[in-house]
Amino acid sequence: MSDDLQALVDRLPSLGDAVLVTLEMTLGGAVLAMVVALVLGFGARTRTLWVRGPSRVVIEFFRGTSLVVQIFWIFYVLPTFGFKMEALAVAIVALGLNYGAYAAEVVRGSIESVPTGQWEAATALNLAWPHKVRRVIFPQAWALMIPQLANLLIQLLKGSALAFYITLHDVYWWIDELQRDTRDTFFSYGIGLVIYFVIAYILTWGMNWLEERAKRRLGRGTRPRLRDVFGLKPGVPTEIARVQGGAA
Amino acid sequence: MNEDGIWNWDKAWDVLPDLLRGLVITIEATVVGMVIASILGLVIALAMRAPTRWVRAPLRLVVDFIRMTPLLVQLVFVYLLLVDVPPLVIGFAVLGVHYATYMSEVYRAGIEAVPPGQWEAATALNLPKGRTWFAIILPQAIRKTLPGLGNYAVSMFKETPFLFAITVVEMYQAAQNYGANTFSYIEPLTIVGLLFLLVSYPTSLLVRRMEIRLA
Repeated sequence: MSDDLQALVDRLPSLGDAVLVTLEMTLGGAVLAMVVALVLGFGARTRTLWVRGPSRVVIEFFRGTSLVVQIFWIFYVLPTFGFKMEALAVAIVALGLNYGAYAAEVVRGSIESVPTGQWEAATALNLAWPHKVRRVIFPQAWALMIPQLANLLIQLLKGSALAFYITLHDVYWWIDELQRDTRDTFFSYGIGLVIYFVIAYILTWGMNWLEERAKRRLGRGTRPRLRDVFGLKPGVPTEIARVQGGAA
Repeated sequence: MNEDGIWNWDKAWDVLPDLLRGLVITIEATVVGMVIASILGLVIALAMRAPTRWVRAPLRLVVDFIRMTPLLVQLVFVYLLLVDVPPLVIGFAVLGVHYATYMSEVYRAGIEAVPPGQWEAATALNLPKGRTWFAIILPQAIRKTLPGLGNYAVSMFKETPFLFAITVVEMYQAAQNYGANTFSYIEPLTIVGLLFLLVSYPTSLLVRRMEIRLA
């Protein structure tokens, strides 16, 4: 056990870089996913078939094919067409497109859940479309979508472990190295899983805070107890929540 | 490497049988994993309703831990720990347990959605606890969880390629093997993607119809 600890201490300096790579992928992927989600989510709501059709096809395509296949396809096959990207960029693009497609459904469902009266009132005030969306509709939809986006963010973090297989030195790589050093699977993977758990936990707090802020902006703030802030919400599974959001 | 254009139909036909064999493994893993997940998920959901915190709090921690750490790392972890167990069995078990933690939330929501009047009526009829659960609450709760079960089945199907990390030759690994032998990844990887779409899209349409019917 003391050998294990020694190996862990020796490995600690490289942990920072490994966590940084995982965070870069997670946050980079999340930003790209959000952009994709907004474009496709609004695209899937338009009346013109020329916009709605392609948006739906792209959403269903990225939701229907597996993340594993997408990431390796971009890594191995795309270069033969002349698009060669760095491994980190490949990971961010694959994660962003895959989870962006899932998030697009969340965005679409949440925007549909905003009561039509809000649209009508904004129209009655003669607000232009961008103004209407930015000032009236989106803030309300945003508060609805954050819990589901939080679930997707955790999924994205978990998906980023795949990057090890496209040569990136992320947290999973670090775990693997530690396992090589110690030859103690239980110890090294145990530590590794705890690191992932801690990152996920911190991200969940961040999303809880964002949700609270979004609600407060709408005048629906609840002033949560400390237990609510530090506890994990009994997360509504993303897919289920999406459906409820869509139907409501 | 591809002298005759980008896409080579001969290679595509050549690799297809391997991929279809992989597809069978993929579907097998999904079905077995889902059976484990739906049974274990229900057990977790019921245990979460235990009266003491001494059961609930540790269980909550374990469930959150499994839910919030990568499936890929869990798979390799168990694979390295249990050397004697065949990888496919480990794949079934880890997929099943990972998704059981998701399914337990679906069951919890389903159980909470049963109207309180049903509980009260069961009490009024003096039904024993077992009969209240099995004859009244669960049949109504499980009906509501069926769409969730379907959604997770589709999502598990798309996560089975992670089994490549523990040497299970499912669809993706079959493509990877072919690519490693022939240096052509375009055809196998593209076909794998299309096969995934071909199975998962109709299934998810089916689940959506089920949602509308059962909602």
